[in-house]
Amino acid sequence: MKYKMFFAGSGGQGTLAMGQMIAKAAMHEGKEVTWLPSYGPEMRGGTANCTVVVSDKPISCPLINEADVLVVMNLPSLLKFEKMVTPGGLLIINSSLVPEKASRDDIRVLEIPANEKATELGNDKAANMIMLGAIIRETSVVRPETVYDELAVMFTGRKEKFLPMNRKALDLYLH
Amino acid sequence: MKTVFAPTSGMTPVDTSYCPGCSHGIAHRIIMECLEERGALGRAIGVVPIGCAINAHHFMNVDMCESTHGRAPAIAAGIRRVHPDKLVFTYQGDGDLASIGAAEIVHAAHRGEKFTTFFINNAIYGMTGGQMAPTTLIGQRATTAVDGRTVEQAGMPLRVCEMLATIDMAVFVERVMLTNPAQVRRAKAAVHKALDIQEARKGFTFVEFLSACPTNWGYAPVDALKWVEEKMAAYYPVKNFRTVEL
Amino acid sequence: MSKVLMKGNEAFAEAAIRAGCKCYFGYPITPQNEIPEYMSHELPKAGGAFLQAESELAAVNMAYGAAASGGRVFISTSSPGLALMQEGLGFICSAEVPLVALNVSRGGPGVGGIQPGQADYIQVTRGGYNGDAKIPVFAPAGIQECVDLIYECFDIAEEYRNPVLILADGMMGQMMEPVELPPHKGITPVDKISQEKPWAITGTDSHEGRNVIYSLRMQPEVLEKHVEKLFEKYARAEKELTRWNSLSLKDAEVVFVAFGTMSRLCAEAIELLGERGIKAGMIRPISLWPFPDKAFDELDKSTRLVISAELNMGQMLYDVKNAVQGRVEVGLINRTGGVVPSSLEIVERTLKLLEETK
Repeated sequence: MKYKMFFAGSGGQGTLAMGQMIAKAAMHEGKEVTWLPSYGPEMRGGTANCTVVVSDKPISCPLINEADVLVVMNLPSLLKFEKMVTPGGLLIINSSLVPEKASRDDIRVLEIPANEKATELGNDKAANMIMLGAIIRETSVVRPETVYDELAVMFTGRKEKFLPMNRKALDLYLH
Repeated sequence: MKTVFAPTSGMTPVDTSYCPGCSHGIAHRIIMECLEERGALGRAIGVVPIGCAINAHHFMNVDMCESTHGRAPAIAAGIRRVHPDKLVFTYQGDGDLASIGAAEIVHAAHRGEKFTTFFINNAIYGMTGGQMAPTTLIGQRATTAVDGRTVEQAGMPLRVCEMLATIDMAVFVERVMLTNPAQVRRAKAAVHKALDIQEARKGFTFVEFLSACPTNWGYAPVDALKWVEEKMAAYYPVKNFRTVEL
Repeated sequence: MSKVLMKGNEAFAEAAIRAGCKCYFGYPITPQNEIPEYMSHELPKAGGAFLQAESELAAVNMAYGAAASGGRVFISTSSPGLALMQEGLGFICSAEVPLVALNVSRGGPGVGGIQPGQADYIQVTRGGYNGDAKIPVFAPAGIQECVDLIYECFDIAEEYRNPVLILADGMMGQMMEPVELPPHKGITPVDKISQEKPWAITGTDSHEGRNVIYSLRMQPEVLEKHVEKLFEKYARAEKELTRWNSLSLKDAEVVFVAFGTMSRLCAEAIELLGERGIKAGMIRPISLWPFPDKAFDELDKSTRLVISAELNMGQMLYDVKNAVQGRVEVGLINRTGGVVPSSLEIVERTLKLLEETK
C-alpha cells in the first residue's frame, strides 16, 4: 500500500497541518511516511502546499510526480494542481472557496463545503479538520482512532478547550 | 637582601618582539601585573589579535588563543559561554578592532559581554608596515596616505571610546595613555577597575591605551611619546567615559 | 525507542543537543532558521548556551572560542552564510579545534535563492578557505541519517581535532520524516573539560603548563611541518571516514552517483527504469570528502554508463570522473538554481544518455 497525497491551499488555512495529521497518524500505525512542504518567503497569505507519502515500505522519494489524492483548499490550487491527479485518483475540493467544478472526468471528485460547515459549527478555523474527516473516510489512509489520538495530542494544555470543537469538525464527514 | 623589584610572573621570561619605544610592552606588563595582583593568572583566558600583538601569547603568561582578524570579541564571547567564571580578555590593536572588527566590538559591547577589551590605539597599522588606520589623525602620514590623511579622502578618525560609551551595556569605558609614570599608574588603575567590574558581572568593560609606534611614525621613541601627548590626546581625550558603582 | 515525526531542522538541532552540545551560535538565514529558533529555547534547558551572533563571521568565531576553551560546539547556516564562515573554518583547521557545522544548502551563486541546491559541493569539499586544509564532509539522504551523523560527528571532530561539516539541503531541513532520537550524552561539566581535552584553554589553574591555541607560524619550515602533520590526519581520515552506500550495482546497465536529496530522486528513477526493463543502480557517497573512490571498484561488468546526478552545474562530476578512471562513460544529469527535477525527468534523460552512448 502506498498513498501519494498532495495538499494545496493558502497560508493560514491549516493546509500543512492537515498533511501533518495524516503523516503523524500513519507513523503511529507503523507506516513509513514523509511530509514535505513547499517553502517560500511569504509568512501569511502565500501558497501553502505539502506532499505526504504513506507506505508500507521505505519511501525512496518524498517528491511525487502525480498524486493519488489531491486536496485543494482554494481556486488557484485547483487550477494549478488538478492535472497532477493520477487517473482514477481522488480530488477533494473545498467547495466553499472553489466556485468552479473540476474539469477532469477520469478522476473521482468530492466537494466539501468546509468553510460553510465550519461557520455553522461556530469555528471558521476548523475547515481543515472538516476536510480531514472527509479525506480519511474516502481513503482509509489512517484509522479514525489514531487521528483522534493525534488530535488529543495537538490540543493539550492551553489549547485543550479547542479539542471538542475540532473533534466535532473532524467527525462531520468521518463516518 | 630586600627585594625592591621583581618582574611579574604574568610575563614569560623572554624578550618581546616589539620595536624600541613601542607601547605594547608597557601595556602587556601592566595588564599582567594587575592579573597577578588579583591572583587571577590561573583563571585568566586571553585572546590576541591579528597585528603586532599576535605575538602577545608568547609574553603573557596565561592561557591564550589567536584570533582571526578583528574577531577577538566574538571569540571571547564564545569562551565566556563555556567558562562563565573565568576572567576573559581580548587585546586588540586599532586596525583589528576599529576597522575590520568594528562590528564584533560594537556587538560585544551591546550584548554587555562580561569580558574586558584592552585596545591599543597607535593611529597606524603596525605589523603590515604603517598603513592608514581608522584612527590615523588628519595630516598624519601613512604608507597609504603619503601626504597625510585628508578628511575628503578618508573621513575623520574614529573615536572608539566615545562610540562605545553610547552603548548602555558598555559599563566601563576609559581612555588612558602610556607616556610617563603617572599616566602608566592611571592606566593600571583603569585596568584594575575594568577587571573589578568584569568580576562583578556588570557588563562590558573597555580600556583604550593611546600608544606610540615610533617605527611606523618615523619618530625617535621620546618624540613619539611627545606626539601621543600633544597630538593624539588632543583628538582622543584621556578620561573616563563611563563607569559603574560596585 | 519510539519514533517521532520531526521537521528536519528541528531534528538536527535536537540531535546536537543529545550529543552533549554545550554551545550553539547562529545567524538567521533561510532555509535553516528553525535550528537557531529551536536551539534558543531547547539548548538552555539542557544546560547549554545559545547565542544569536551579529553575523556568520561572528558566529564561526564564537564557535572557535567556545571550542578552543573545550566546549562541544554546533553551528549551522546556509550557503552564503557558509561562504562567510570559510575564513574561520580554515583558521580552526590550522588551530586544530573540533566543532560540527551544518550547511542546509540552497541555490546560488550570490544570494541565489532559497530552494534546495547542491551547488556548494565544491565549497564544502575543497573549502573556500585559504591554505592547505581539509574538512570531512558528510551528506545524509534522510532525516534519520542526518540525525545520526550529527550525533556521531562530535566524536569524529574531537578525535581528529578538526571541524566536521554536514551538508543537508533545504528540502531535508523543511521535510518531516519519522526519527528515532539517540539518548542524551550530557554536557561535560566545566571542571572536567581539561581532563577530556588537555589542550583546551581553560586557565592554567586547571591543567599542567600553559595552553596556547594558534595558527601563526612565521618560519616556513615550521609551517610546512605543521601542514604535514595536518595531512597525516587527513590521510587517516581517508582511511577511516570514507563512506558510501551502493544500491543494485549487480547487472546494472547504468549507475547513478548521487548524494542527499538527489539520491532520493535517483532511487525512485531506478524503480521507474526497472519498470521499463532497464537495470539501474546507484553509488550514494555519504562522505563527500573523503570521496568514496573505492566504491567504483564495485561497478559491475554490465555497467556501461555512470551518471553523476546533481543539483548544480556538475561539480561532483570531476570527482566521479576521477574515480571512474575512464573505465566506462560518465554522463551528467543536473538541474540548478533550486530546481529539483522529477524522477520522470531523470528517467527520460537517462534513456537519452544511454541512447547516445550506445
